Amino acid sequence: MKIVVCVKQVPDTKNGVVFNADGTLNRAAMDKVMNPDDKAGLEVALQLKEKYDAEITVVTMGIPDADAVLREAFAMGADKGVLITDRVLGGADTWATSSTIAAGIRNLDYDLIITGRQAIDGDTAQVGPQIGEHLGIPVISYAKSVEVEGNNIIVERQYDDRTHKLKAAMPALVTCLAEATTPRYMTPGGIFDAFEKEVTVWGRNDLKDLDDANVGLAGSPTKIAKASDKVRKGAGEKVTLDPTESVKYIMDKLNEKHVI
Amino acid sequence: MSLEEYKGVFTFAQQVDHKLEGVAFELIGKGKELANDLGTEVTAVLLGSDIKDLADQLAEYGADHVIVVDDPELKDYRTEPYAQALAGVINEFKPEIFLVGATAIGRDLGPTVSARVATGLTADCTSLEIGNFPLNAPEDQQKKNQLLMTRPAFGGNTIATIACPDNRPQMATVRPGVMIKLEPKKGAKADIIEYKADLKKNNKYVEILDIVKEVKKTADIMEAKILVSGGRGVGSAENFKLLDDLAEAIGGTVSCSRAVVDNGWKPKDLQVGQTGKTVRPNVYFAIGISGAIQHIAGMEESDIIIAINKDETAPIFDVADYGIVGDLNKIVPALTDAIKAANAAK
Repeated sequence: MKIVVCVKQVPDTKNGVVFNADGTLNRAAMDKVMNPDDKAGLEVALQLKEKYDAEITVVTMGIPDADAVLREAFAMGADKGVLITDRVLGGADTWATSSTIAAGIRNLDYDLIITGRQAIDGDTAQVGPQIGEHLGIPVISYAKSVEVEGNNIIVERQYDDRTHKLKAAMPALVTCLAEATTPRYMTPGGIFDAFEKEVTVWGRNDLKDLDDANVGLAGSPTKIAKASDKVRKGAGEKVTLDPTESVKYIMDKLNEKHVI
Repeated sequence: MSLEEYKGVFTFAQQVDHKLEGVAFELIGKGKELANDLGTEVTAVLLGSDIKDLADQLAEYGADHVIVVDDPELKDYRTEPYAQALAGVINEFKPEIFLVGATAIGRDLGPTVSARVATGLTADCTSLEIGNFPLNAPEDQQKKNQLLMTRPAFGGNTIATIACPDNRPQMATVRPGVMIKLEPKKGAKADIIEYKADLKKNNKYVEILDIVKEVKKTADIMEAKILVSGGRGVGSAENFKLLDDLAEAIGGTVSCSRAVVDNGWKPKDLQVGQTGKTVRPNVYFAIGISGAIQHIAGMEESDIIIAINKDETAPIFDVADYGIVGDLNKIVPALTDAIKAANAAK
């Protein structure tokens, strides 16, 4: 069995976010990590590899430095890595990103594609399902568990108030929830291998069956009109009073606003 | 494609088990506003099996037209038949705007359909308006009457406004609880259009082996008018009794921050914030909540925010209308008593 796992390198927001003076995000000043949902997806793939002797190819799209997430995936146990990088691919929205990654995956053999549900920078949850749509294969998003049965996958799909147990024919694409599993640590041997292994690098010209009208900023149907640090409503009153006075203060406000 | 062919504001009327979701009505409410600005009307799109009778509810909440796709294949949600039906509706009726709720269904259906009809999709919008694009270009270089879609990113740290100037429909998903539904007009009727979707079984159809429904044990915090919300500062699961008592006295519902869920003090259903629910009650008590940006993103639209925290530098005070620096363990029980006394005096 051949599994493709899509991962994204994202800024780590755990220790806060750094802004430039103009209010845009200062990505260079922030640590970069493998997106958590994608890491869970990789773990699901590694568990399938242990059971079914699968081969795992990790695919990422990004700047040349995104190579680092592929090395991390090698250290966790992935077999092959592909980096899709090219200036003309930059500034892509989810349509252009998914068109590009789908074209990259067409160069590979695959039975199963696993992505994370969403990335912590964009939070859109769109790229996974759209890759499946471009490839014309069944998509099951928000997966809690993935099992293989013959030529089918059996997936538990999380909805707001229920879980569906679904069966789909492979090749298929699944998007995983970070809650689905706890990713393993890199192993010392894995880390050693990670820097020995070769990463396949593809630029625009290595991607066939991909229209120029569908890549990069120019090929993105959605355009950013403006972006800024979020402006929040200003602070109201702040008082420091003893408990009795505090209660009187709150009661006065609740009466004033006709809450009670 | 000729953009002028595309007219009208369409909304996805999500129903599950023959019950319309609140966000279906919220989208119609917002859709009406956009339609007024554009001089057009709102069409709700209802998909399911034996669901025709739900159309009247959509009319009462403001839909001018309802397109009904009634097919046994659409009984329980599955991506492929729903995507075929919705893409069919879009190709047939050519709306200029299509809004979908950012639910666990909408965030699956939206990207699939937008890719299928080759247009853009903006996820999890918190504000939608009609305007010109690009914003600051000279007027003769602007495209008029575009949908400007505003959404948070980076866990609520940044905000972006997005347009889709050259493709139609302009598609957006909208988080439940963000837009406001109209007051229902009893007996209102819409023009009902029954549309036969030509559903074709293919390799993308999945089989549902089993459906396990979660039993709802908790209150719906998105419907509450008053929320008494607790954070890490409450200290323990047991100490939430103080908040339960206050909520009971004031007729509110208890909710919480992510830290409380992570500590196992309260279930995830009650979590407010970026990874929980977006709420906009009349009154939001933030008790022992420091106010991480992800939490604020989920409650800042509340009408009145009252914060109680012993740390005067807590960021929650930056969004609170009324902030009290003090010990919640002393203030909350005394407040409960005062409210009980006020209720008794009525």
